[in-house]
Amino acid sequence: MSKTLFARGARFAAVVAVCLVAAACSQTRPELTSGNSSVAAGSGQDFVVNVGDRVFFLNNQSSIDGSARAVLDKQAQWLQHYKNYSITIEGHADERGTRQYNIALGARRAAAVREYLVAKGISPTRIKTLSYGKERPVAVCNAASCWSQNRRAVTVLNGQ
Amino acid sequence: MSFVMGLNPMRTTGVKQLWRHACRLVAAAVTVAAISQPAYALIELDITQGNVEPMPIAISPFAGSGLQEDVAGQISQVVAADLQRSGLFRPIDPTAHIQQGMNVGTMPRFGDWRTIGSQALVTGSIAQQANGQIRAEFRLWDVFAGQQLIGQQFFTTPENWRRLAHIISDAVYQRLTGEKGYFDTRVVFIDESGPKDVRRKRLAIMDQDGANVRYLTRGDDLVLTPRFSPVSQEVTYMSYVGGNPQVYLFNIETGQREVLGNFPGMTFAPRFSPDGQKVIMSLQQGSNANLYLMDLRTRRTTRLTNTAAIDTSPSFSPDGSLVVFESDRGGSQQLYVMNSNGSGATRISFGPGQYSTPVWSPRGDLIAFTKVHQGRFMIGVIRPDGKGERILTEGYHNEGPAWSPNGRVLTFFRDTVGEQGGPQVWTVDLTGYNEQLVQTPNFASDPAWSPLLD
Repeated sequence: MSKTLFARGARFAAVVAVCLVAAACSQTRPELTSGNSSVAAGSGQDFVVNVGDRVFFLNNQSSIDGSARAVLDKQAQWLQHYKNYSITIEGHADERGTRQYNIALGARRAAAVREYLVAKGISPTRIKTLSYGKERPVAVCNAASCWSQNRRAVTVLNGQ
Repeated sequence: MSFVMGLNPMRTTGVKQLWRHACRLVAAAVTVAAISQPAYALIELDITQGNVEPMPIAISPFAGSGLQEDVAGQISQVVAADLQRSGLFRPIDPTAHIQQGMNVGTMPRFGDWRTIGSQALVTGSIAQQANGQIRAEFRLWDVFAGQQLIGQQFFTTPENWRRLAHIISDAVYQRLTGEKGYFDTRVVFIDESGPKDVRRKRLAIMDQDGANVRYLTRGDDLVLTPRFSPVSQEVTYMSYVGGNPQVYLFNIETGQREVLGNFPGMTFAPRFSPDGQKVIMSLQQGSNANLYLMDLRTRRTTRLTNTAAIDTSPSFSPDGSLVVFESDRGGSQQLYVMNSNGSGATRISFGPGQYSTPVWSPRGDLIAFTKVHQGRFMIGVIRPDGKGERILTEGYHNEGPAWSPNGRVLTFFRDTVGEQGGPQVWTVDLTGYNEQLVQTPNFASDPAWSPLLD
């Protein structure tokens, strides 16, 4: 990472930290504390740890709810700042559906995230979408707690 | 494989005539039953009536000369296994046979076979030829009429012995039921290995009974939903090659692979038209998936649907005039039938739950589907007019039916509960009573049946 970028990153990290303090009471990511300033600002780790790379969906739904909006707002802000990244939004479904439909459902979720980020000013040319349907679960138990983690759209940074 | 009708050759007989023979065989059984045996139900292949009492049949261990002794025994075992798995036959344990040591030339002592309750008898011999090939002969006997129903001989290479067995099974099945068999067929499927969150998926092919598994891809790329061409040794499937999920065409004989079309987005859920000349599939366009048709010769694509919905899993009627597919255009996944030009879509499923993965039977009379209701996954069939829905199997997760080429059996996959669980391939016949696991080396999903081999 270049020095300029790092400087910009550091400044941005400060802004994020302020936001986090304000949001700590109501936000869904209580693990975000000032301790994460050890993560290099503007890095992929920064994005995952301090911004949040994924949003979740209700069963059979693709609408962006309040907690997803909060994450995507931060993603948009971060991506506005670190303009060199392009992204792939990977849409996923839980295992409680058929394969073909879940491929389309994952694509629909990825498209919903894409639309949201574009509305927040991210250039569509920076965004690719991809659906894995139900083929790439992160949680493998046979319970609602796992299925809800798998119904997700993950924003993956594609390098600078 | 050369195929010679020998030994009292019979002309190709029509279904009606075969059915008459089957009836006569059974009718004879009933006559005898009055004296000493329980009555056996007629083989009922218009399977809407529920359970079918399998026909007792004896497959006398085939005689083998010289090197072919083992092969001969194995062939008769595979024939017995084929017929047993169909659910329509009950092979009698060879140790219970009274007349032992038969070859294809031995005249059956019909009384002995009647004594053990056998209605039909298969005998055979395998002999080594000077050119390295084997000669296989078999006969099918009507035990009660004391008549030969089939006599055939084949020449093939010894490695081909399993196919030989399946061909004999098909001949017996067809002669006794009036329906074409489905044993000399293969199934393409997705082999799944490794932990659930990093499953390696490979395109694979096996005989319909699970033997001779062969891998067609190496597992570097995610592959899904293979479908067999109804007329050639080609498969269409979805692959994530290069992180760009697209529908591909794969030639099993040459190993050649090509992407189908130049679509501006993800394509998926492909299926051949009945003549094998077109592929119908979904194209993802933003939030929506629409159906497209691609002509394999001209490479022209035609858009068939245009809705703000997910339209997927298209499947042609056998005459090619209609297409069944699933869509959530009405709010939840349901089945629709439309003309093959995309006009006149009509919803046909109205029960509680969601309907998915419709597949038109090669006979045209039924559409198989996956149904999800209250967390249960079912395989069922429905008539193309939306009437006569029947659930054939139900459980935690059953998915993705595909028809046998004679339209009498469905294969599908069943996922098991738990972190160590995974999908396995099963078959179920149209009664819903005869479920069979197909043994595979790893987990397996998305089975799709080949046509009868040439």
